[in-house]
Amino acid sequence: MAVVPPIPLTRRLALAAALALCAVASIGAETRRVVSIIPATTEMLFAMGAGDRVVAVGSYDRFPPEVDRLPRVGALLDPNVERILSLKPGLVVLYGTQTDLRAQLERAGVPYYAYVHRGLPDITQTIRSLGARVGVDASANALADRIERQLSNIRARVADRRRPKTLLVFGREPGTLRNIEASGGVGFLHDMLETAGGDDVLADVKQQAVTMSTELVLARAPEVIVELRYARGDAAAASDLRAWGALASVPAVRNHKVFLLQGEEFVVPGPRVVAATERLARTLHPEAFAR
Amino acid sequence: MPERNELRRRIVATVAGFGALAAAACILAPLVGTTPIALSRVFDRSIPFADNVDAQVFFIARLPRVLAAVLVGSSLAVAGVVFQAFLRNPLASPDTLGLSTGATLGAVIVITFHLDTAILGVSAVPVASFAGSAIALAIVYAMSVARRHGTSSTVLLLAGVALSAFFGALNRLVQVVGDFTDTFRAIRWMMGSLDVGSYTDVVVALVPMSAALAAIAALPRVLDLVSLGAAAAESRGVDVKRAERVALVSASVLTGSAVSLGGPIPFVGIIVPHIVRLIVGPDHRLVLPAAALFGGSFLIVCDLIARVAFGPAGMPVGAVTALLGGPFFLWLLFRRFR
Repeated sequence: MAVVPPIPLTRRLALAAALALCAVASIGAETRRVVSIIPATTEMLFAMGAGDRVVAVGSYDRFPPEVDRLPRVGALLDPNVERILSLKPGLVVLYGTQTDLRAQLERAGVPYYAYVHRGLPDITQTIRSLGARVGVDASANALADRIERQLSNIRARVADRRRPKTLLVFGREPGTLRNIEASGGVGFLHDMLETAGGDDVLADVKQQAVTMSTELVLARAPEVIVELRYARGDAAAASDLRAWGALASVPAVRNHKVFLLQGEEFVVPGPRVVAATERLARTLHPEAFAR
Repeated sequence: MPERNELRRRIVATVAGFGALAAAACILAPLVGTTPIALSRVFDRSIPFADNVDAQVFFIARLPRVLAAVLVGSSLAVAGVVFQAFLRNPLASPDTLGLSTGATLGAVIVITFHLDTAILGVSAVPVASFAGSAIALAIVYAMSVARRHGTSSTVLLLAGVALSAFFGALNRLVQVVGDFTDTFRAIRWMMGSLDVGSYTDVVVALVPMSAALAAIAALPRVLDLVSLGAAAAESRGVDVKRAERVALVSASVLTGSAVSLGGPIPFVGIIVPHIVRLIVGPDHRLVLPAAALFGGSFLIVCDLIARVAFGPAGMPVGAVTALLGGPFFLWLLFRRFR
C-alpha cells in the first residue's frame, strides 16, 4: 500500500492560503462558460440576462430560440460527460438526481449546481440562488421579484371568484380515455392551478403525476377539465377532446367545460410559468380578465 | 370404457370448478371499487344514463375493465401453455419468441413519434402493438418453415431470445430519441393497464382471440404428444409440422391481441400454466380449459387489487400480477415438494 508522505507545515500553510485566495476570487468573479442541461434552468439563465455565458444546453432545450445555435450535451438520462468536460465549463447546471454526472464532475474538479423540480415558489428561489452562483444577483433578483409580483397579481385577480373543481390532464392515449395522466396534489402544475383560481380535484393525492382510471374521473366529478399539450404539431388535439364525451355524467363534460391549452410553458417550470398560469386563469375565469 | 369416463368426469370437474371461479370473479369484480355505487341505481332505467354516475362507473369504468382482464388473462395463460408444450421448455412464455417485445416496440414507436391518432374510435397504439407482434411472428414463422421436418425448439428459443433483445434495443433507441414526456407515457404503457374505458377495444380484440382459441381447442392431444418429443409424436401419426404452425400462429395471435389490449402484463403467461398443472396434472385436455379460466380469473383479481388497494391513484396491474402470483406459486411448489 502506498503511503503518502506528510506535507511539511510551511507547504501546507501556503497551500491553504492559495486555496482560500482561489475561493475568494471565485466568489467575487462572474462564472463564465455555463453548461445547462435542464430546460427550466436554461430559460432562467437567459431570462436573468446570463444567456451569453451559456456555452452548451441539453437535448430537450428549445427556448429561447438562441439555444438552437448552442451545442447539445445530452440530457437527464444520457449526459455526455466527455463533451461537457471538453467545453471547459466554469459551472454545470444539472438535475439533482444525476448522481453519476455529479461524481464525474467532482473528480474532474468542475463546479456544478444541482437543481430539482418542486413547487411554484421554488422557481423564483432557484432563480435567485442560480443568479448568485453565476454572479448576476441583481438581475436574477429583479426577475424573481417580477415573477412573484405577476403571480400574486393573477392570484388577486381571481381571488373573489368561485373556484371550480378542476382536473389538470397532461397526457393520455389520443382518441381514448386510457392512461390519463393528471397533476396530483404536489408540484408546480398543482401550484399553478391553485394560483389560477382552480381547486385541484386530486389535491389529496400527494404525487406529482397520477395515472387516473375512468372510475376516478367519474368519482371526482371535475367541473372543469383542462388538457395540456406541449408537443409541437399536435393539430388533431382539439378534435381529440371528444373522447371525454364517454363520461357524460362528469359536470365538465356535460357543461362543455373541457379545454385544451397548448404550449411548452406548461411543462417547463421556468420564467414562462407566469404566462402559463395566466393562460390557465383566463381559461378558468375568463370574466376576471374581461375589460 | 372406464378410462374415458374417468377422463370425462375430470374434464367436467375442471371446467365446472375453474368456470365457477371465473364466473364469480366476473360477477363480483364490477361491484367492488374505490367509489361506492348502489346496484339499484345502476340498473334504474328512469335516470338518464348521462346523469347516472353509478351506472357510468359500473358500465364504463368497471365492466369493460373486467372483460378486458378476463380476455387478456385467458389469452396469455393459454398462449403460455402452448409455447411451453411446443418448445418443450418450462420457462417458455408468450414473450419467449419476441412477440410481446415486438408488440411493445410498435406501441412505443407510435407514442414517441405522435402517430397515435384514433382510427374509427380505436387508438393507433393497440393497432401498432398488434402489428409489432405480427412482424415478430412473421420472422419466427419464416424460421419454422425454413426447416423441412418441423422446427427445432432450441433454434426457435434462441431465435426468440435474439429477436427479443433486438426489439428491446430498438425500443430503448426510440425512447432516447423521443421527448421525455413521451418516454414517460411509453413507460406507463409498458406497465400495462386494463382501464380500456370502452367496449370497442374489447370487441376488436375478441375477434382474433376467439379464432385463435378455437384453433387451439383442437390441439390438446397433439400438445400431449409433442411435449414428449417431435419423434414420439410423429410415430403416433401426428403431422408435427402442420400442428406446430397452427399452434405457433394461434398462440402468437393470442399474445399480440392480449398485449395490444392490456399492455405487456408480465407473469400471467409463464406462471399460470404451471399453477394449473400443479392442480390438474399434465393432460392438456384439462390444462387448456383450466388455464383459460384460471388465467382470466387471476387477472381479474389482480386488477381488482390494483384499483382498490393502493389509494385513489391505484397501481399498474403489471406490478400486482407478480406481487400476488410469485408468493402464491412458491407456496404451491413448497406444498407439492414437502
